[in-house]
Amino acid sequence: MNKEQKIDIAKITVSAVLYAAGFITGNIWVFLAAYGVAGYATIWEAILGVIHLELLDENFLMTIASLGALYCGQYPEAVAVMLFYQVGEFFEDYAVNNSRKSIAGLMDIKAEFANRLIGGKEEKVAPEELHLDDIILVRPGEKVPVDGTVVKGSSSLDTAALTGESIPRDISEGEGIISGTINLTGLLEIRVTSVYEDSTVAKVLDLVENASSRKAAVEKFITKFAHYYTPIVVGCAIALAIIPTIILGWSYFDEWLYRAMIFLVISCPCALVISVPLSLFAGVGSASKHGILVKGSNYLEALAKVDTFAFDKTGTLTTGRFTVTNISTVDRISKEDFLKMSAICEGMSNHPIAESISAYWKETSGGAASDAQVSDYEELSGKGITCIYNGNIVYFGNSRLMDQVGARYSEARDIGSIVYGADEEGYLGYIAVADKIRENSKATLAELKDLGVKREVMLTGDRKEIAEVVANEIGVTDVLSELLPGQKVESLENLLSEESQNKGRLVFVGDGINDAPVLARADVGIAMGAFGSDAAVEAADVVIMTDDISKLSTVMKIAKKTMRICKENVIFALAVKFAILGLGAFGLATMWEAVFADVGVAMIAILNSMRALKL
Amino acid sequence: MNKTYKLENLDCANCAAKMERAIGKIDGVNECSISFMNQKMNIDAADDKFDDVIESAQKAIAKVDHDCKIIK
Repeated sequence: MNKEQKIDIAKITVSAVLYAAGFITGNIWVFLAAYGVAGYATIWEAILGVIHLELLDENFLMTIASLGALYCGQYPEAVAVMLFYQVGEFFEDYAVNNSRKSIAGLMDIKAEFANRLIGGKEEKVAPEELHLDDIILVRPGEKVPVDGTVVKGSSSLDTAALTGESIPRDISEGEGIISGTINLTGLLEIRVTSVYEDSTVAKVLDLVENASSRKAAVEKFITKFAHYYTPIVVGCAIALAIIPTIILGWSYFDEWLYRAMIFLVISCPCALVISVPLSLFAGVGSASKHGILVKGSNYLEALAKVDTFAFDKTGTLTTGRFTVTNISTVDRISKEDFLKMSAICEGMSNHPIAESISAYWKETSGGAASDAQVSDYEELSGKGITCIYNGNIVYFGNSRLMDQVGARYSEARDIGSIVYGADEEGYLGYIAVADKIRENSKATLAELKDLGVKREVMLTGDRKEIAEVVANEIGVTDVLSELLPGQKVESLENLLSEESQNKGRLVFVGDGINDAPVLARADVGIAMGAFGSDAAVEAADVVIMTDDISKLSTVMKIAKKTMRICKENVIFALAVKFAILGLGAFGLATMWEAVFADVGVAMIAILNSMRALKL
Repeated sequence: MNKTYKLENLDCANCAAKMERAIGKIDGVNECSISFMNQKMNIDAADDKFDDVIESAQKAIAKVDHDCKIIK
C-alpha cells in the first residue's frame, strides 16, 4: 500500500467513526464533521473543476449531490454519499493497482544489470549499455539481460516467464540463449549477439505494455456510452429539480431536489468505464501467464467470435522436423541393428533425411558411440549412398538404388520418404521418415470445435497425398494442398470472403516463418513456437511462445471468458443504474440505493473483472 | 510521427476517455489512444507540429485532471 492509500484509509476510518457517533448522538455537527473529513478533497477537486469549466466531473457531481442532500436535511445520507464514494474510489484504485502489479510481476523478465567482462575484470552495467560481442557473465539465479551465445559453461534455464512452461531447458556451450530467461544452475559466459533494444526481452515487454492501445469495440462502446450517459442523466436531474417545482409549486421543491440528487449520484460513469478495460487487461495478463502474448484487447474480442480456424500444416499441426516413423526389416537383421547401421552410414551425409535418421538413432540409443568401422563412403546422386560397414558393402537409398544393386525389396506403403537398405546378400529393410504430427493436434482441434469453432481448414504447400493423410489422422475435412506461397494468401482471402457472410472471425495459425503475409491478412494471425523468433513476433497478432498447439484452446477459453465478463459487467451495471434511476424518479428509491448503484455496482463489477486473471 | 508516453497520476478511467477525446481534436493529431490500465498515451501527429501538439495535449490533460502529467 502506498502513502496516498494510507491517507485514504485514515480518512475513511475517521469519517466512519464520526458517522457512527453521529447516529448515536443524533448531533448534526458530528455528521457534518464526518462529511468534512470524507469529502474535503473531493470538494476541492470540484472547485478546481468548476474553474476549468469541467462541470461533468465526478467530484463536482458528488459534491452537488451531497450538498443537495444536506440542503434537504438528510444529513446521514449526505455523509453516506461522500463516505461511500471515497470507499469506492479507494477500492477501485486498489484493484487497479493490484492488477497492474500482478501483471507487471508476470512480465518481470528484464534483468536489472549485466556483469560485463573486460580484460578479465567484471563490471556491473545496465543491459542497455551492452554492445555487440561484449562478453557477459550470468550467475545462477540471475536473469539473462540480452540475447547471446553461450561461450563457456552449461546450465539449465527457467523460461516460465516467457513461455509459461515450467520444465527448465538445458543449455550448453555454443547454443543461443534468449534474454528474459533465468539461469538456474551453472555459471554462464555469454557473447552478446543482440543489443538490448533488439533482444527478445525488449520486444516482448514493448508488446505487452502497448497491448491495450489497440482497443476492443466493447471498450470503445462503453467510453462512448459514458460520454452521452452522464450529460443526459445530469440533464434529467436538472429537469427533475425544476419542472415539477414550477408546476406543483415551491413547497414540492425539497422532495424533487432529493430525487434529482439521486440522479446525480447515479450519473457518475467511472464504475462502468473502469470495469471493461480492467477485465480486458486481466484477460491479456492471464494469457501472458500462459506464454501467450496478445497484441491488443481487440484480438481477444475477435478470438471470442472466431468460427473458422485455418492452419498451416508444417510446423503447426506437425512438428516440422523429420523423424523416423517406421522401421521394417527382413528376418536376418534386427530393427535396432538396421537403424544403427543406417544411422552410422547416413551420418556421413548432410541430406536432411539422412540427418534425421542419425538424430533418431542418437536419441533412442541414449547417445551410444559408434563402434563400427566405416570406409569408402560414396554418395550416389539422386539415389542414395554406399560405404563399407564393418567389412561389408552396404547401400542406403531409394527404390532406384535397390533396383540398381538387384535387391528384391517389398515396396513400403508408409507416408513420407522411404530409405531402403541392402548389403551384398540382398535386401535388409527400410526406414520411413516423415514430418511427425504433433501429439496433441487432434485433441486440440476437437477441443476447438467444442469451444464453438465451426470450420477447420488446413493449408499446405505439401503434396496432396501427404496432406490428406495428416488431415485424416487429426480429423480435418477441409484441405487445401499443393499451394504456392502466394496461393496461400489467395486461399485465405477466399475463406475470408466466405466468412464475411456470417459474422464469425477467421484465425490463421502458422509458425511465422514463411507465412507472414497470411498471418497479417487473417482477422487474427497466431504464430506458434515464436520463442526466439523475431519475425514471428512481429508478424502475428497473437504470439504463442512455445510450440504447444494446445495453447490455442487456452487462448480461446481466456478470450471467451474475458468477453463474457465484460458483457456481464456492462449489462449488470446498466440494469441496476437504470432500475434505480426509474425508481428514483418516482420517489421509490432513496439515496442509499443510489449509493449502491454507484459504488456497490462498481465493486461487484471490479471483483468480477478480476476473475479474468484466473484461468 | 507516432510516440508513446507514460502518464503520471492518471487515476480515473473516464478521465482517460475524456482526455483522449480532447487530444484527438487538437490540430495536427491524427490519432490518440490513452490506455488507462497501462497509464500510457500513444499519439500520432504531424511531424512539423509535434512539439506544439504535445504541449497542447498536456494542457488538455491538465484541464481534466490537474495532477496528471505527460512524462517526456
